[in-house]
Amino acid sequence: MNLFGKKSYFSLEGGEKERTKRSDKKRQKAEPSIPDGMWIKCNTCKAIIYKKEVTEYKLCPNCDAHFRMSPSERIAITCDEGTWVELDAKMRPKNPMNYPDYEQVIEKAQKKAGILEGVVTGRCKICGQDTVLAMMDSHFIMGSMGSVVGEKVTRAVEYATENRLPIIIFTTSGGARMQEGIISLMQMAKVAEALGRHDEAGLLYVAVLTDPTTGGVTASFAMLGDIILSEPKALIGFAGQRVIQGTIHQKLPEGFQRAEFQLEHGFVDRIVHREKLREELGKILLLHKEG
Amino acid sequence: MNEAMKSVSIVRKIERPNTRQFIDAIFNDFMEFHGDRLFADDGAVVGGIAFLEKMPVTVVGIQKGHTLEENVACNFGSPNPEGYRKALRLMKQAEKFHRPVVTFINTAGAFCGIGAEERGQGEAIARNLLEMSRLKTPVISIFIGEGGSGGAIALAVGDAVWMLEHGMYSVLSPEGFASILWRDSSRVAEAAELMKMTAKDLLKNEVIDRMFPEPKEGLENNLDAVAAELKKALLETLSKLMEEETSLLLENRYQRFRKFGEFVES
Repeated sequence: MNLFGKKSYFSLEGGEKERTKRSDKKRQKAEPSIPDGMWIKCNTCKAIIYKKEVTEYKLCPNCDAHFRMSPSERIAITCDEGTWVELDAKMRPKNPMNYPDYEQVIEKAQKKAGILEGVVTGRCKICGQDTVLAMMDSHFIMGSMGSVVGEKVTRAVEYATENRLPIIIFTTSGGARMQEGIISLMQMAKVAEALGRHDEAGLLYVAVLTDPTTGGVTASFAMLGDIILSEPKALIGFAGQRVIQGTIHQKLPEGFQRAEFQLEHGFVDRIVHREKLREELGKILLLHKEG
Repeated sequence: MNEAMKSVSIVRKIERPNTRQFIDAIFNDFMEFHGDRLFADDGAVVGGIAFLEKMPVTVVGIQKGHTLEENVACNFGSPNPEGYRKALRLMKQAEKFHRPVVTFINTAGAFCGIGAEERGQGEAIARNLLEMSRLKTPVISIFIGEGGSGGAIALAVGDAVWMLEHGMYSVLSPEGFASILWRDSSRVAEAAELMKMTAKDLLKNEVIDRMFPEPKEGLENNLDAVAAELKKALLETLSKLMEEETSLLLENRYQRFRKFGEFVES
C-alpha cells in the first residue's frame, strides 16, 4: 500500500476483482497465512510450516523470513520481564476530515490488531538499561500515521527528552493515514521537531526498521535515528513500488528497497537478525549510558 | 465542478506563474546558487540570495516550467533528494549569516524514481523537517500552486505558512486518494472536496496562517498585484520575526506544528 503516490497510482488494467486479489496477495507478502489448523504457509518461500515450529521470534523455520509482529509480541522478545509500562494507552482517533465510515474502519482495525491505534509506546528496561520504546503495528491500517500515531510518538519522544532517556522506535508503516487528510501530513513535522529537541539534548535515538517502512514514516522519523538498524529483507523506501513503476515505466531491480539495498546505499547502519536484536539494543544502550 | 476541483485545475495550468517569476517580481538582485555539494544540481529546486527591499534574504523554491523543454529541465517540479539537500544547504547558509528564509512551494510531490530511492528521498525530506524546525533564523513558506505531500512539507516547516487563493496542500493528490481509497479514479472531484485541500479549508484548521486573494483575470495576467501584496506582507512579518529572540522564535515554530492532531483520551 503506497500512501505517497503522486503521478500515477494504480495500474487500472484488470477488473476490480483482479486488483483486489492482487493487493490482498501483496498485503500478506511477509506474513504467514494462518488458517485455524496446525499448518501455515510462508508467503516468502511458500513452504508449508508446522505452526508449533514458529517460535516467539516469528521466523520461518524454512527460509528464515521475518514475519510481521505485533507490539505485544515485540515486547515479549525485547523488554526485560516485568519492566514494561505503557504510556498514553487510552488515546483513540477522531475523524478530522469527516471521512465516511472512518469510525467503522477504525473499529475493524482495532478488532483485527487488538489495540486502539497503530502504535504502542511506553518505557522499559532492555538488558538492564532504561529506555523509552515505541512500536508500530502494520496490522492496524498498515501502520499508517494519523493524529494518534503522531501524537503518541511525539509524546514518547518528549517524555524521553524530559527524563533524559534514549528512545527506540520500531517502525512499520505504509505512510500517512489518508483518511485523516492534511492533519496526518502535519504529524511528520511534529514528530521530526520533537526528535530535533531530543537530539539537541544529546540523547540517543535508535530507529529499528521492520517490514514494511515506507512513505511519510520513512520521510520523517524512520530516517532520523542516530543509529538505524533494520531487520533482514525489510522493505524500506519512500515511494511505493507500483507508483515508481507507474512513473518511470521500467522494471525495478532485484532487491530494490530491501534492507540490504538500503545498507548498500548508506541509509541503514546495521542489519540485525531478530534473534540478536535485544542483545544488540542492550549493547547500544550500554555504550550510550549517561554518567 | 466544486470549488476544490476548480482550484486544482487553476493551479495545474501550464501558464500558472512559477517560482522564478515570483522571485523576480518580489525580490531584487536575485543571485542563483546551484548544487547540494553532495551529488548534483537539481533543476526542480531553485535557490539563492536576494534583497527584499534592503533586507538580504535566502530564497528557495520548487520550480515548474511553462513549456515541455522547461519542464524537462525542472523535472515537472518534482524534486529529487539532491533538490531537498540543496534547499537545506542554502537554509543552513542563511542561518549562519542570519538572513531570513523564504520558500516557495509548487509541486505535485517529490519524485518517485529508482535514483531518488537510491539516494534517499525519504532521508532527504526527513532531514529537512528536522533541520527546518530548529533553524535559528525566520522562515516563511508560501504555497503558490500545488502542495503535494511529503515533497511539499519538506520546504514548509515555517514560522508562517501562507497560500495563494487557489493554492492547495494535501496528503496526496485527489487522483491518488480516489484510486487508493475508493479504487475509482473517476471520483477525483469528490476526493478533492473531501480532502479539504483548499486555502479556505486550510485556513480554518490553521495549517496555513494567511491566504492571498488572486486577481479575477487570473494570476498569470496580473502577477504584479499579488507580488506586491506578498512583498508587503513579507516585509512586515520578517522585520517583526527578525527582532524576536531566537529561543522564542523556535518555541513558537515548535508549537505551530506541535498542535496538529485530533484525538480522544479516555
